[in-house]
Amino acid sequence: MSWTVILLLAAGCFLEKAAGMLIFGRFNATGRFRSVGALLPPALLAALIGLQTYGDGRDPLFDTRLAGVVAGGMAAWRNAPFWLVVVIAGATTALLRAL
Amino acid sequence: MLQRTYVRDALVIGAATGVFGVAFGVLATTTGFSVAQAGALSVLVFTGASQFAAVSVAGAGGDPITALGSALLLGARNAFYGMTMSAHVKGSLLKRAVAAQLTIDESAALAIGQRKPEDIEPAFWAAGLSVFVFWNLGTLAGALGGDAIGHPSALGLDAAFPAGFIALVMPALRTRAGRVAAVSGLAIAMVALPVTRPGLPIVLAAVGALVAHATVKTEPPAESP
Repeated sequence: MSWTVILLLAAGCFLEKAAGMLIFGRFNATGRFRSVGALLPPALLAALIGLQTYGDGRDPLFDTRLAGVVAGGMAAWRNAPFWLVVVIAGATTALLRAL
Repeated sequence: MLQRTYVRDALVIGAATGVFGVAFGVLATTTGFSVAQAGALSVLVFTGASQFAAVSVAGAGGDPITALGSALLLGARNAFYGMTMSAHVKGSLLKRAVAAQLTIDESAALAIGQRKPEDIEPAFWAAGLSVFVFWNLGTLAGALGGDAIGHPSALGLDAAFPAGFIALVMPALRTRAGRVAAVSGLAIAMVALPVTRPGLPIVLAAVGALVAHATVKTEPPAESP
């Protein structure tokens, strides 16, 4: 890949981030934008959690990954601290794979 | 500084992304990128999913337009995170431009995971800067051949990330609107997954926020504007 493509990619990805931060920021004072804006992360992150867990559907690592996510998710549900959730999920999956 | 929970959490997220950074550095250099190019991608592009996509497409012999398209589709969700964070990050154009570059899944997630409104902006910066440092150090280590740290999946990190995001999204799930947004976003993405290109399911999940806004009566705001 050429340096030109790398720089185009960098510019494009920055413009995407800046579109939200710099342009939509001007509208954020109004109640409706603010309210929808606050609901975007739960919608997007829930989708991300689902997609990261599911993978491409043919991944042989799916079962062990799901076990870790469920274990970590239950810890999160019980209000475990963030680092503990991460460790429980990672350790569960890593142990199952090492077996 | 370390007694702030979000600083510790930001370091945990950063360290975990660092391992993926190593994997990225290894992948980039083994698919024909120079060390400088791998490093430039992580500093300048700085959004993991897009970087992996661009390098994978290029490595499989895809043309540059396809690589750009795939990467930009995966980065499109950052526009939505930016929209959310723009309500919390105020200041000069330069400061907001730096904040824009640091707007990714992890920084947005740690920000909205805060229970106190005054912690939202510092948590965003803590996660953004921590991930930036670890991601780039990891990339460099991987690109220079330091693959000794182990593969992310052997460490269970592919499970640790979604689980960590569950923990960070938990406070939002305590409101009815947040629950409706999350459930509809997840449902939209999983339905879209088999029929759209990678990246689009998460963009389409943004409709979940509109669904929640339209169907749930707004709860009293936590802070006055």
